[in-house]
Amino acid sequence: MTVTSMDLLLWARGPGFEAAVVIFTLGMVWRLIEIFSLGRKPDLSLPRERAGASGLNTVFRRFLFPPGMLRRAPVTYLGGYVFHIGFGIVLLFFIPHIELARGVVGFGWPGLPTPVVDLVAVITMVTLVVMLVSRITDPAKRLISTVEDYLTWALTLAPLLTGYLAYHHLLLPYQTMLAVHILAAELLLVAMPFTKLIHFVTVFPARWYNGDLFGHKGVPS
Amino acid sequence: MSASLERGVALFKEAIDAPIASFFSSCVHCGLCAEACEFYVDTGDPKYTPIHKLDPLKRLWRQEYTLVGRIAKALGLSRPITDAELAEWSELVYDSCTLCARCSMVCPVGNDIAYMVRKMREGMAVAGHAPEGLIFATTRTINVGSPMGVSIDTVKAQIRHQEKETGETIPLDRVGVDYMVLLSSMEVVNYPEYLGALAKIFKQAGVTWTLSSDGFEATNSGIQIGVSDLAREIVQRVVDAAEKLKVKGVVSPECGHAYTALRWEGPNLIGRPYPFEVVHIVELLDRLRQEGRLRTSGKTDTPLTFHDPCQLVRRGGVIDQPRNLLREVAGDFRDVADRGVMNWCCGGGGGVSTNDRAEPLRLAAFRQKKEQLDAAGVSTLVTACANCRVVMEEALEAYHMEHVQVLGLTELVAEHLAQAEEARKAA
Repeated sequence: MTVTSMDLLLWARGPGFEAAVVIFTLGMVWRLIEIFSLGRKPDLSLPRERAGASGLNTVFRRFLFPPGMLRRAPVTYLGGYVFHIGFGIVLLFFIPHIELARGVVGFGWPGLPTPVVDLVAVITMVTLVVMLVSRITDPAKRLISTVEDYLTWALTLAPLLTGYLAYHHLLLPYQTMLAVHILAAELLLVAMPFTKLIHFVTVFPARWYNGDLFGHKGVPS
Repeated sequence: MSASLERGVALFKEAIDAPIASFFSSCVHCGLCAEACEFYVDTGDPKYTPIHKLDPLKRLWRQEYTLVGRIAKALGLSRPITDAELAEWSELVYDSCTLCARCSMVCPVGNDIAYMVRKMREGMAVAGHAPEGLIFATTRTINVGSPMGVSIDTVKAQIRHQEKETGETIPLDRVGVDYMVLLSSMEVVNYPEYLGALAKIFKQAGVTWTLSSDGFEATNSGIQIGVSDLAREIVQRVVDAAEKLKVKGVVSPECGHAYTALRWEGPNLIGRPYPFEVVHIVELLDRLRQEGRLRTSGKTDTPLTFHDPCQLVRRGGVIDQPRNLLREVAGDFRDVADRGVMNWCCGGGGGVSTNDRAEPLRLAAFRQKKEQLDAAGVSTLVTACANCRVVMEEALEAYHMEHVQVLGLTELVAEHLAQAEEARKAA
């Protein structure tokens, strides 16, 4: 039996997609239980109140540059912003993606013109390459990097790259590349709960705890 | 696995709570913590990247508290923690971290790295990987009463000396007064004029106070080394003394870590809130200023800047008070760029100054501070922590900057205290 590109596409769109969503959902629930079931001890010291010093404040404040830091690590900061915003735009405002969402959740939203998304995708991929170079050349980043960092980098780039290639009908026949693209996205989804990619959710409790620990002492962090 | 290593690993496991699991889960290895850490910035050595200092703790978290990690462990795919590894990490956890928490302020996902290093030290100490200097300081605090071996007799001698110098009375063991005042042995030995300054200030402000012969030492190396039962014993002394003297409050001296130990860690160590308040002396002085009870006259013309002690400001929340007081007494106050909660550490906090083997690294980590001083163009540096003060004086000497004078804020305020007569007239 030979697997045709149509078989692959059908599997990716059907059972593959369902499996990825189930693994992602169960994985996320499991990991969040793992984290929060550890609990924490109550703090018996008398708290100090100060406006702007709380868990919620820090959740929002950490979207900004801390004073003096942009100058010290411009590549990391700018790369971080450009990548996250770019990835978000491509994921959420590419019209076929919105149509997919409409099929799953029952509603859609306005998209961006495809040439705009196309440009954003290129910028995002270039940024990822810059970030990889920075990871390899910056001594601190290089030391703390593990196989997981390079693996998640590849898993993040893969849907962007295959999507770009599929749209431009490059390298493989469109239908095959589209199937590869969907599979790449599913792989990313499956990896999310079990790798550092989980930060897309845990960043909120982590920042909240930070702000709460500092906030207890009246320090806006 | 040796028994001590087993106990150490058990404490690592115990230390991991929901905040730490959130922090480790979220870390993307972006390296920004390194850019905030003076040990990395001033040496360029990547091993001083703050999150790297937690590597054994993070691996243990993964092995014990995550699904993938547990599977890997069961399959024999993960590396267990060894004594050799912890011995290597001792330098990273104790010598190259002052618990200053500057990294905790910048981590984009919100990791409170200093919180984790503090907790990791508990396991490190029990596993036998704490530095000699800190062990010695802690033992002396337990046995003699202070990390520098200062006994109550030394304190009494300094009391008599300061009474003679200032003509004021320095009360000892007086019951029912407003505040019980604590000292750091650094002050007793190197800056006894702090006591004289307090006597003058409290007299003008009408604050009743006392020292206690049962508990005079405020610093707590038990916390810095990470041994909670010793830390508890040291805090308990202060609590017992304060309860015996029935004071309304306890005044933490010009020392950052002492304040953290008493104000924030103490109640958690003894397992109950205090029946008295704990204030840092700078906090109290600013309160007295606001109430109009502390009056100053004249300002110093000397250009000066302020060094924020990490544990007082970033880790303590006493942020505006030092500058409120400086505005009263300094005519030419020149603030630095990275200040307040983003200040650079002196390099000797968190027990680093009592850890002899860390000295070369501590001096290297002073470069940020030196650059701040150069930029401010001042030769007077005011601070509110006797440990910062000693550390910076030593570093200034090493950097051939002996012309820079380091002053305690309390003494500076006392020097500009309005004369008693003027104070009466104003009232």
